[in-house]
Amino acid sequence: MATIQSIANENEPHPDLALIERVKTGDISAYDELVRKYDRQIFRIAQHITQNREDAEDVMQDAFLKAYEKLDQFQGNSKFYTWLVRIAVNESLMRLRKRRTGKMVSIDEDIETEEGTVPRDLADWAPDPEQNYTQAELADILRKTIQGLPPGFRVVFVLRDVDGLSTEETAESLGLSVPAVKSRLLRARLQLRERLARYFKRKKVPREKGVKSDVH
Amino acid sequence: MTCTEFLAMLDDMIDNTVSREMRADLQEHLNGCEHCEVTLNTTRKTIEIYRSHEIYEMPTNLRDRLHKAIMERCKKGC
Repeated sequence: MATIQSIANENEPHPDLALIERVKTGDISAYDELVRKYDRQIFRIAQHITQNREDAEDVMQDAFLKAYEKLDQFQGNSKFYTWLVRIAVNESLMRLRKRRTGKMVSIDEDIETEEGTVPRDLADWAPDPEQNYTQAELADILRKTIQGLPPGFRVVFVLRDVDGLSTEETAESLGLSVPAVKSRLLRARLQLRERLARYFKRKKVPREKGVKSDVH
Repeated sequence: MTCTEFLAMLDDMIDNTVSREMRADLQEHLNGCEHCEVTLNTTRKTIEIYRSHEIYEMPTNLRDRLHKAIMERCKKGC
């Protein structure tokens, strides 16, 4: 999967800037290109935060519409994608709050948890463990596993490790400090690893017939 | 280097943002610590699996529908 970083070049203006200039002069087809370029990622982020398909559809529409309305405010100091993600994250949190009325939903609250800070499951995994499952089973495992993480961990993991944003870009998108992003990323990675271990670890083979194995 | 010290550098090791000297220290710890080696390898694998499998696929018809709705609203000035 291509990452956002791989299409960016530090020394040249980001290709999105030319598209944005065209949109500002009234060329709507340039916005069409921007939507097609980033819609999958925005939909994915919205799904990860809201965990609801309808909400994710609404967030995707609203985020692109809001970005279009506010395009004059985009200064080009950050990447368009980072700016767009920030809008999408805010829209997603708003939807989540609506569904969980009375419950605080925030991406910046620090989640005090010891889970995942010390690896407990130290068993090695099978080689290419994903091959023991069908695509549908694997997708189900990966969805269930990441859904168990707090929203603030999920979104940091997705932006950094799936989308390929830098730590600084992730911090900017989420309105978090760089140390907060780093701390969440480590805990998210370790918690996911720990939870995936029960599906992926190497099965113990009984050495001789009749010996009980602890593998189910 | 202790396992706790190794773990504190795990992300930097995975993201390849450690100095050459630090990398040598980390590698030395890994050579003698199976647990940390397993943790490093399986954490890398975790990231790789999530990166290479789209778990929230957007079907083409949904994508087209949302895209059309966005562009229609944009044409009207939102």
